[in-house]
Amino acid sequence: MITRMERREFLKLGLTITGVSVGGGFLSVVSNFKKVFASTEEYRKKYPYKPHYTMLIRQNRCIDCGECMKACVKTNNVPGYGYRTTILERYEKNAIGSKREFIPMLCMQCNNPPCVRACPVEATYKDKKTGIVRMHYEKCIGCKTCMEACPYDARYFNDERHAIDKCDFCFDTRLSKGMKLPACAEACPTKARVFGDLSNPNDEVFRIVHQMQKAVWVLRPEVGTKPNVFYTTSDREVSDEK
Amino acid sequence: MAKTKKAKAIYIWDAVRSINGSVLHNLHEDIDSLLSGGKIYFFLLIMGFLMVYAAGMFGVSAVNMGYREAYGLTREAPWGLLISTYIFFVVTSTGLCIVSSIGHVFGVKQFMPIATRAVFVSIVTIFAGFSVMLFDLDEPFHMIYSIITPNLSSNIWWMGALYGAYLVFMILEFIFLLLKRHKPAAYSGLTALIFGISAHSNLGAVFGMLHGRDFWYGPYMPIYFIASAIMSGCAAIVIFTWLGYKINNEKIDKQMEKALQSVGKLAALMIAILIFFEIWKVITGLVGSEDKRLAIFSMLNGRYAFNFLVIEILIGMIIPFIILIKTRFMNMNKLFYASILMIIGIFFMRYDLVMVGQVVPVLHGINVEEFSGLVSYAPTIYEIAISIGGLGIAIIAFLFGEKVFKGPFKGHKFGIHPLDEVWK
Ligand code: SF4
Ligand code: SF4
Repeated sequence: MITRMERREFLKLGLTITGVSVGGGFLSVVSNFKKVFASTEEYRKKYPYKPHYTMLIRQNRCIDCGECMKACVKTNNVPGYGYRTTILERYEKNAIGSKREFIPMLCMQCNNPPCVRACPVEATYKDKKTGIVRMHYEKCIGCKTCMEACPYDARYFNDERHAIDKCDFCFDTRLSKGMKLPACAEACPTKARVFGDLSNPNDEVFRIVHQMQKAVWVLRPEVGTKPNVFYTTSDREVSDEK
Repeated sequence: MAKTKKAKAIYIWDAVRSINGSVLHNLHEDIDSLLSGGKIYFFLLIMGFLMVYAAGMFGVSAVNMGYREAYGLTREAPWGLLISTYIFFVVTSTGLCIVSSIGHVFGVKQFMPIATRAVFVSIVTIFAGFSVMLFDLDEPFHMIYSIITPNLSSNIWWMGALYGAYLVFMILEFIFLLLKRHKPAAYSGLTALIFGISAHSNLGAVFGMLHGRDFWYGPYMPIYFIASAIMSGCAAIVIFTWLGYKINNEKIDKQMEKALQSVGKLAALMIAILIFFEIWKVITGLVGSEDKRLAIFSMLNGRYAFNFLVIEILIGMIIPFIILIKTRFMNMNKLFYASILMIIGIFFMRYDLVMVGQVVPVLHGINVEEFSGLVSYAPTIYEIAISIGGLGIAIIAFLFGEKVFKGPFKGHKFGIHPLDEVWK
């Protein structure tokens, strides 16, 4: 029996573990990649988003400084009682070395989004061009079914908008205005959040997500939502930041 | 063509006349009868108005202050008492529709006397449910988009559409029953039944198709919803019939007594079935994922244990079952008390279903500090008042119905209609 801690160390070592569930919630996506997305080619044909926006989170780089959250609040007018993105904290008292890790959370922009299926009025929808799960705020009736449907707790009810609000990779506030990065990715001082385009083979995220050497995973893979936010670790020594 | 049009016109005119004749014969008389009644009638009426009044006050201030402030809902548990109450009412409505159809749609004679009242109360309860639901939706007017941009893969959409159709056919059925036009009544009843069951299983599927929520996910929910609806319907019909006779100061006649006994038997059968549902829910849950186990534990020895074990199972099922069996369904008063217990149990059944499904945070499994505990929720006074208001609406509408439709409810004026001809 591998204990949870040992398994995690495994991942940290960068060993490829196929289909191992760590802490009940993670699944290495590396050699599972084909399984999850059929083949890369087929995947890109099936989800013809261009650009196919995605985010890669280099989890061990996150130092919980909260700059991303601040930037998000400012950019998207997020009220104090809600959040579009947050940093979760994991504490393992038996861990060797560092006992804490921080997990940035945001909407996974799922390829198979349960929230979109659940909404009776199509107030939330999968953007056909970019693959971002967006909101028609003016349509939302406030039934909160999408909140129940989301397996990632990514949605909250915004009183001021009288509608559900959620992360849209800053599409409304930045991307649609020609800016290249969501506010959080731009604000992150350690470059833990890498924003990219899965339809572009030269993109950094594309290259990391499609390599086999280092573990890349998604949260709650068992739910089958096919998230577009990936997690990995990065070697702090290697300073290949953009 | 012209002929059928004319025939139709005559038919409608006939219908209007006979509604006028039989029901709205004399407005004065009706108003008089609304204002006359025994102690129980006035007591219930005043209670009903107080409930609706309080609900109105709290409801309006909840709208003003914003639901986030007024209700105890959170990001992790966005559904609470109002949704549970809504489900409770629509479950009861569907149940009443199913139970009433046994008699006048499927022609089982013993069930015929209860039919008209059951149909009426079924309309009343679904209205009560919708009124409560309105206070949960932040922007009910945006529902127009369910027509402009419908999402046909959404269970909520189907539930709304099917309940809408259900309501229309229930009202038609009721009108035909009043008109003594049993054939169209039976057909409307059958149509309403089909829509009602589809709507209701869709409501179950709203929960059953949330694949991020282990406690709800699976085909169990739609089936469970239908089974529990029948139990709800039986309890409701006993309660409302008993009260109907009480407020009109009459003794339950032989025919009605027989009918209620049959309803009681059906209720006992449904309790037996539902207990198996509950047992298997617990047993399958205990070998499931960690999240599901945690949810089940919250029902067995956690914060929902009292609700589940004591109210839902003991008070709502086991005690009524014993009462029913012991009295051999003969004692009308005991049947009434058993039904009251059942209805209380069923209300908690809804509440538990909604809340236990949300007790384990969706991100619990990734072992982060933020989601290590269970989600807590307690209804606020606003939610409680609005829910009670729903009950108030049901009570007032029922009482007025008893006065206005006194004749048809008893089945006296129209006789206990042998519907056999419909099925010939
Ligand atoms: S993470 Fe939640 S809100 Fe975002 S697309 Fe997936 S289901 Fe929808
Ligand atoms: S709360 Fe709004 S966005 Fe969410 S399912 Fe309901 S209508 Fe759709």
